[in-house]
Amino acid sequence: MSTPSTTSSPSRWLRAPDALRRGPSVASAGPPRPRPRGAWARRAPLLPALVFMIVVTQLPFVGTLVISFMRWNALDPGNKGFAGLSNYTTEFTDPQLRSSLTTTVVLTASVVLVSLALGLGLALLLDRRFRGRGLVRTLLITPFLVVPVASALLWKHALYNAEYGLLNGSLSWVWSLFGSHNPPQPDWLSQSPKLAVEASLIWQWTPFMMLILLAGLQSRPTDVVEAARVDGATTWQVFRYLTFPHLRRYLELAALLGTVYVVQNFDAVFTLTSGGLGTANLPYAVYSTFYQAHDYGQASAEGVIVVVLSIIVATFALRTVSSLFREETR
Amino acid sequence: MTTAVAGPRTRAHSPARRPGRERRNRGLLGLLAWLCGIVFFLPFAWMVLTSLHGEQDAAANPPHLAAPLTLHGYREFFGSGTGVSPWPPLVNSLTASIASTVLVLLLATPAAYALSIKPVRKWTDVMFFFLSTKMLPAVAGLLPVYLIAKNAGLLDNIWLLVVLYTSMNLPIAVWMMRSFLAEVPVAIMEAASIDGAGLPTVLTRIIAPVVMPGIAATALISFIFSWNELLFARVLTGVVAGTAPVFLTGFVTSQGLFLAKVCAAAVCISLPVLAAGFAAQDKLVQGLSLGAVK
Amino acid sequence: MTPTTLRSTRRVLPPLALAVCGTLLAAACSGAGGAGGGSGSHSINVLMVNNPQMVDLQKLTAANFTKSTGIKVNFTVLPEDDVRDKITQDFSSQAGQYDVATISNYEAPIYAKNGWLASLSSHTTADTAFAQSDILPAIQQSLTYNGQIYAEPFYGESSFLMYRKDVFAAKGLTMPAAPTWAQVADLAAKADGAQSGMKGICLRGQPGWGEVIAPLTTVVNTMGGTWFDKDWKAQVDSPAFKKAVSFYVDLVRKHGEAGAPQAGFTECLNDLEQSKVAMWYDATSAAGSLEASDSPVAGKIGYVPAPVDRTKSSGWLYTWAWGLQKASKHQDDAWKFISWASGKGYENLVGTKLGWSRIPAGKRTSTYSNAQYVAASSAFAKPTLTALEAADPGNPGVQPRPAPGIQFVGIPEFTDLGTKVSQEISSAIAGRTSVDSALKTSQSLAEKVAAKYAGQ
Repeated sequence: MSTPSTTSSPSRWLRAPDALRRGPSVASAGPPRPRPRGAWARRAPLLPALVFMIVVTQLPFVGTLVISFMRWNALDPGNKGFAGLSNYTTEFTDPQLRSSLTTTVVLTASVVLVSLALGLGLALLLDRRFRGRGLVRTLLITPFLVVPVASALLWKHALYNAEYGLLNGSLSWVWSLFGSHNPPQPDWLSQSPKLAVEASLIWQWTPFMMLILLAGLQSRPTDVVEAARVDGATTWQVFRYLTFPHLRRYLELAALLGTVYVVQNFDAVFTLTSGGLGTANLPYAVYSTFYQAHDYGQASAEGVIVVVLSIIVATFALRTVSSLFREETR
Repeated sequence: MTTAVAGPRTRAHSPARRPGRERRNRGLLGLLAWLCGIVFFLPFAWMVLTSLHGEQDAAANPPHLAAPLTLHGYREFFGSGTGVSPWPPLVNSLTASIASTVLVLLLATPAAYALSIKPVRKWTDVMFFFLSTKMLPAVAGLLPVYLIAKNAGLLDNIWLLVVLYTSMNLPIAVWMMRSFLAEVPVAIMEAASIDGAGLPTVLTRIIAPVVMPGIAATALISFIFSWNELLFARVLTGVVAGTAPVFLTGFVTSQGLFLAKVCAAAVCISLPVLAAGFAAQDKLVQGLSLGAVK
Repeated sequence: MTPTTLRSTRRVLPPLALAVCGTLLAAACSGAGGAGGGSGSHSINVLMVNNPQMVDLQKLTAANFTKSTGIKVNFTVLPEDDVRDKITQDFSSQAGQYDVATISNYEAPIYAKNGWLASLSSHTTADTAFAQSDILPAIQQSLTYNGQIYAEPFYGESSFLMYRKDVFAAKGLTMPAAPTWAQVADLAAKADGAQSGMKGICLRGQPGWGEVIAPLTTVVNTMGGTWFDKDWKAQVDSPAFKKAVSFYVDLVRKHGEAGAPQAGFTECLNDLEQSKVAMWYDATSAAGSLEASDSPVAGKIGYVPAPVDRTKSSGWLYTWAWGLQKASKHQDDAWKFISWASGKGYENLVGTKLGWSRIPAGKRTSTYSNAQYVAASSAFAKPTLTALEAADPGNPGVQPRPAPGIQFVGIPEFTDLGTKVSQEISSAIAGRTSVDSALKTSQSLAEKVAAKYAGQ
């Protein structure tokens, strides 16, 4: 496991887990330096995917950019034209954009961090041997395999509903055990809408985090742990000085992948609260301007702003993460 | 490897420690794991139970756990009330998910090859590009895609979704496939070709064993995310090409009880993903950890 | 290592092969399906809201309409909010995916003005069996633009107050024949807790311009408020508007249903059926469900006109109607469908096949002289007709309005404005914000909309 890495590429972390594998690995040799001769032959297999991605994901943004300077509301077809920057000025003076930005950050950070923490705990539990371990793992990954809309509908109607949801139903039941006919019946979705959305997302994403971290735990060099234990290391010390440093890459990976998906979440916000009560995140805000207000110009301006913000955050995130890994390899 | 990890470590518990306490702790932690498993599974179990109740029982408070079971909700899903068959949307979802997964693999595998086995110059920049497209909000491209599709007559066409889903899953797929391909023993491969082994031999004996599990893992992930997609399917499909998640939202009505049939529909629509995920748990783990575990 | 990986390869290959075959099969199926849809010249696409009346229609179409005309109808059925978005999207871009869609009297004039709907006037003159003159005048008027009819009603509704006669009798309460809101608030306080777990009244609190905003706006109207005055000045923070909203929010918070901020029509219907509320102010079409044979409260409900304050009547006017997209390539087939679905014959079909309480009523005068219907709906037929006849979309309040509409303002911006304001109101009902600050935010939103019109 102590295979010295000769790769010094800044984004070595992209393939970090590779180095953890045993057996013949390219890591020991490092990628051969490509020579100019035959460069196109090397590039050829890359081109279909690259061209496809540019055409399908980048060209529409050009359209978005153009429309963002237009006055174009589909409900008012007679009044269409060049708007200059007015869509942007409207957008920047709109408090709702700021609130949906905050919502996005809070929602993503809380869901990713909490499910990461829960996922770590569950992964540690599952890393031990006990009766029915396989079955428990199956139970635990179920939430991740429920279609997100189905999950959102489940939480909204079958669990949170103030009249007949399971949460209030259980409260009634528990209270009736003590002979009370006036159990508390909180309205979960409107009393704590953000928490409600977050809880349903955490339920879905914890298994995802758990799976990645479990993979990390199971690739841990057992001989070192064994040696440490023989030397009298406590469980905490083993975790702190062996398991955790080893898991760090997997934590980063899980956080990154989780963020990429949760930040774009639409299904839960759309289904649970329809963006009400301060739960509208950026994707929902763009969607509602486009599809509910039918203001194409405004929606495009929002889209452009969101893209610019994403680029800033993505660049920053990628740099931070890659530099973290560079430090670690030194 | 999974069992190999657990094996030696269990043995590592030295007899010098107090075995009784150790065993009790282990038992308690096992119990805790079971408890967590049940807590996480409970909402799903509730969904299944509700789907098997009548509408009045499903909306009862406190809940009627022992209410008589009925397949009413499932009959509704299969169109007993409305005469609407769920098969067209299910077939659409299957088409979109499988076709886009195949397309993803066809595009990602060569790209990953060019990024790992014989890497192009500045391959890291290319990786960053792929990854960054995944970070851009897809919703920002929704309007132009709609307008283009409308003018090209591609609205309500399942193949438009195939193309879009391919673009959504390609970045992660390239990333995953690259990690798997990086495992191909290049030295052995080159040695084999020097020894006169033909390309078929190299492909089947050296590359395939490493790559096939990777392809399976990538395919599974790509399938799941395509099957789950709602936003684009909602906006871009209509009569013909509606997918299963869109069909599911149609069961919620603003007038009348619907909980049991929504739960039944939700179970049915999640079934393909659940089946694939349960059957290929190890592949899922492997795919998500970018090939680090076998 | 090699043996295991080889084994896993063998394990992986069959599912993969299966997947590829599945794709080809699925592709073939969908290809065939697409071709089938294209070749059948006698088929139309209908997009509609998934209310029970539409679901009944969906059930009856193939065996009746298609059987007699040979026209196949492909339905897309979606929840109300989704369906509006989808209809607006398809009609505004004239994409022509759908020939017919359910639109309301809110959309009809706006769509007609934008040139998205085909005029139905020539069809109605030619198709005498349809009997256009039988349509209730207020409903027809609300679907007319520039003298042309642009949509035909499927069912119409107003709003009224429903209450539990048995609960009122047990508590010794009397419901006036034409209650005022002050009396209703008083009754709600007295009926609160009449039975264990029973609240006084159910009022919608769910965000959405078609949800909380509808009953709330009728309260605003009768208490002297309006969204805009006739010169397009936003009036959302005016004293009358504020008085009405405070009244509504206080009433719901004190004596309203549990989970009010998320309660809409369905939740309130459920509450009244499950004896969780004693009164409910909502659409007249609710009566059909309440009096249905499987309803636990059938026969126990009394119906009185919408409560008032400063106006004589305050019920809303709403209809789900069939609009025909201008870009549709199947205009004649589409009219045949509309004529069948909105016709007298369809009401009789539902009455005999599914029961008279389920017919899509509230649109034709003749419905209310049909002996079988009147017998089956004696409890609510008369109050419904009275409410529908009293509704006046042109003049619903105490002051002249710049645009028609009772529970809405007939301008395209209202969906967005109403939805945003509804979220503020819903927050106020949840106690997360005060009525004052909710209306302050709402006023600035309304001012933005007003600015567009004030200059014109």
